[in-house]
Amino acid sequence: MEITSPSFKDNARQAMADADLQRALGNVEKGFIEKRAKVVAKLPEFEDLRDSARDIKNHTLAHLDLYLEHYEKKVTEAGGKVHWAADAEEARKAILDICKSVGAKRVTKGKSMISEEIALNAAMEASGMEVVETDLGEYIIQLRGEHPSHIIAPAVHVNKDQVEADFRRVHSQLPPERNLDAPESLLAEARGILREKFLSADVGITGANFLIAETGTSIIVTNEGNGDLTQILPRIHIVIASLEKIVPTLEDVSQILRVLARSATGQEFSVYTTLSTGPKRAEDPDGPEEYHVVLLDNGRSSMIGTEFQDMLRCIRCGACMNHCPVYHAVGGHAYGWVYPGPMGSVLTPSLIGVEKGGQLPNASTFCGRCESVCPMRIPLPKMMRHWREREFERHLSPSAVRWGLGAWAYAAKRPKFYQLVTRIGALALNLASRNKGALRWWPLAGGWTKYRDLPAPQGKTFQQMWADKQKGARS
Amino acid sequence: MAKRTRATKSKTQGDDETPIGFKTGDSVALFVTCLVDMFRPSVGFAAVKLVESRGGEVAVPRAQTCCGQPAFNSGDRDTARDIAKQVIAAFERYDHVVVPSGSCGGMIKKHYPELLADDPQWAPRADALSAKTHELVSFLYDVTGMTECHETFEGSVTYHDSCSGLRELAIKRQPRRLLESAGVNIVEMKDSEVCCGFGGTFCVKYPDISNTMVGKKTGNIAATGAGTLLAGDLGCLMNMAGKLRREGIDIEVRHVAEILAGMTDEPPIAGSHEDHDGGL
Repeated sequence: MEITSPSFKDNARQAMADADLQRALGNVEKGFIEKRAKVVAKLPEFEDLRDSARDIKNHTLAHLDLYLEHYEKKVTEAGGKVHWAADAEEARKAILDICKSVGAKRVTKGKSMISEEIALNAAMEASGMEVVETDLGEYIIQLRGEHPSHIIAPAVHVNKDQVEADFRRVHSQLPPERNLDAPESLLAEARGILREKFLSADVGITGANFLIAETGTSIIVTNEGNGDLTQILPRIHIVIASLEKIVPTLEDVSQILRVLARSATGQEFSVYTTLSTGPKRAEDPDGPEEYHVVLLDNGRSSMIGTEFQDMLRCIRCGACMNHCPVYHAVGGHAYGWVYPGPMGSVLTPSLIGVEKGGQLPNASTFCGRCESVCPMRIPLPKMMRHWREREFERHLSPSAVRWGLGAWAYAAKRPKFYQLVTRIGALALNLASRNKGALRWWPLAGGWTKYRDLPAPQGKTFQQMWADKQKGARS
Repeated sequence: MAKRTRATKSKTQGDDETPIGFKTGDSVALFVTCLVDMFRPSVGFAAVKLVESRGGEVAVPRAQTCCGQPAFNSGDRDTARDIAKQVIAAFERYDHVVVPSGSCGGMIKKHYPELLADDPQWAPRADALSAKTHELVSFLYDVTGMTECHETFEGSVTYHDSCSGLRELAIKRQPRRLLESAGVNIVEMKDSEVCCGFGGTFCVKYPDISNTMVGKKTGNIAATGAGTLLAGDLGCLMNMAGKLRREGIDIEVRHVAEILAGMTDEPPIAGSHEDHDGGL
């Protein structure tokens, strides 16, 4: 997909002027936050579970090679095959080759952000295959020709009335007079259409929330059951997952699952937690004949050992964006690539380069709300700051910022000079406010005064008044 | 006249795991903060008055400018380190350091040790300064054991929880308890813990997003019907006050220290100045 992260500011402006989007974003601010808070409050050990989840992933990342190799061994033993993909190109090729090997015409897909990351749908369609997204949200945005705006709620930017209009436009074979007022009627209609696709698909592609090294198992966590139909009904099941999804044991994953759904949707557990190990065995009544795992690196292994390694703990719950006031203001598409919100602001520069993704870690007030809810205790603001450091070191920051910072730093390191400058500044601003208490405009302060008044200084600086007072006390 | 106070183990979950204690006559250095110094010295004097009322001997080191956050958050670690060292050198000789800002307090307390962790000479000094640095209200409540405010303030107030104070220093109940003891009626706004959109340089780097955020905030403030908005950080206060003024919403905006110290004679940051009975 096209990367528009460098024009984040313009994207954001457009998003804030989009009334439909703003209406839809209201739901993020309310629903997710309240539900999470309620379910977390009911679990006294939640904070301990966060520590435990963090520790499990830290241990895994410290021995990533070991666990990945063991995972491959177990997948192979179960009759499946692991395809290592260094980048998006290799991952697409592996998947296309599998599809071509069975002459696939129709491919159903469960929700997968990795598939977005490698722009899989476009590649498959270009190869003449019909690709059907089966997660309701993904289905909606596929109809609309869009990309996900949220990692667990891909169509969170769309309002119900817009979905109804899309369904009427695309499902033209259905009676136009049908009633689609209730959200359930939209769900039923999508289910009816998708049922036939599930049954006729040649290949099913799913993502994975976790890969288990101990058993060679992939796990998907869903609420609609579409993932199960996607992976069980077709002849071929392809799992596409990035390599940091690995967790050592089933015991470990059962701990992390306890924080995942609570953090994501505010559920104690998702409706379906489905474990897949290899293809159908002789005694199994159903299941795929072939089971493939495409394991994507795409820059992640180079994050190991850097200040961005902690980001690889991410389990993609979306809590950070659900709680992010910047995400609330601009929505997910403004971030300009696959991953939005705070996790995207850290991960995107890692995957596409800070030259293209550098706007994102700058667009944060460091309010820290993301870190306060992250089930894996990822220090997101700290890592955004690290990206700013990389930018600064490489002289990628805008020259106006560098110049301003340089001038400020010169003064801030020279207290006497600084106090002289601030005295003059305070006095000048105070006089310019002409006793109105605030200014509506000031040179070089346009970013501030475009939308707000600048409260005027009281006149003298504290240092000046304190020195006067000390002098007065002595005399 | 300073009252006798004893160092007591903190009764609250303040910003300290192990309160270092306080006794009358302890030296307390005021880190004024760059915004209070230049824009609102009255907050600094309110802080002095409050610390003195607890029996602290206040000093104001001359060699202070700013905590270094603009450099730190812009990725300029070298400058941030230089400024951190300057602050450490100027403040480490005092028993306590008090900051009328959760943001600058958090910088000294949480980020100086992180910035200087690899410097064998400076790391212990950064840790030592961190341990004795406190945001003003947390210092009063958690360290000096102040539970009663002797000023009175009539009228309803809504309180914005500034992000750094809230999340880095666990400042939430302290200002509310002290305000309530002063007879203040606190009307909580919706989303008091959500960022106002200031974010230091963020508000000028991303003015449009910042505006959306502060617009939501002023809407929530106005919806409380409270006559006064308080917070503990001048940056956030100037942002919200500037927006309220621009929107023509007449709500008095002040730093919480001004109310606690009974220093409401100065015109507020925004809003028409009403005379609150007992304010002085």
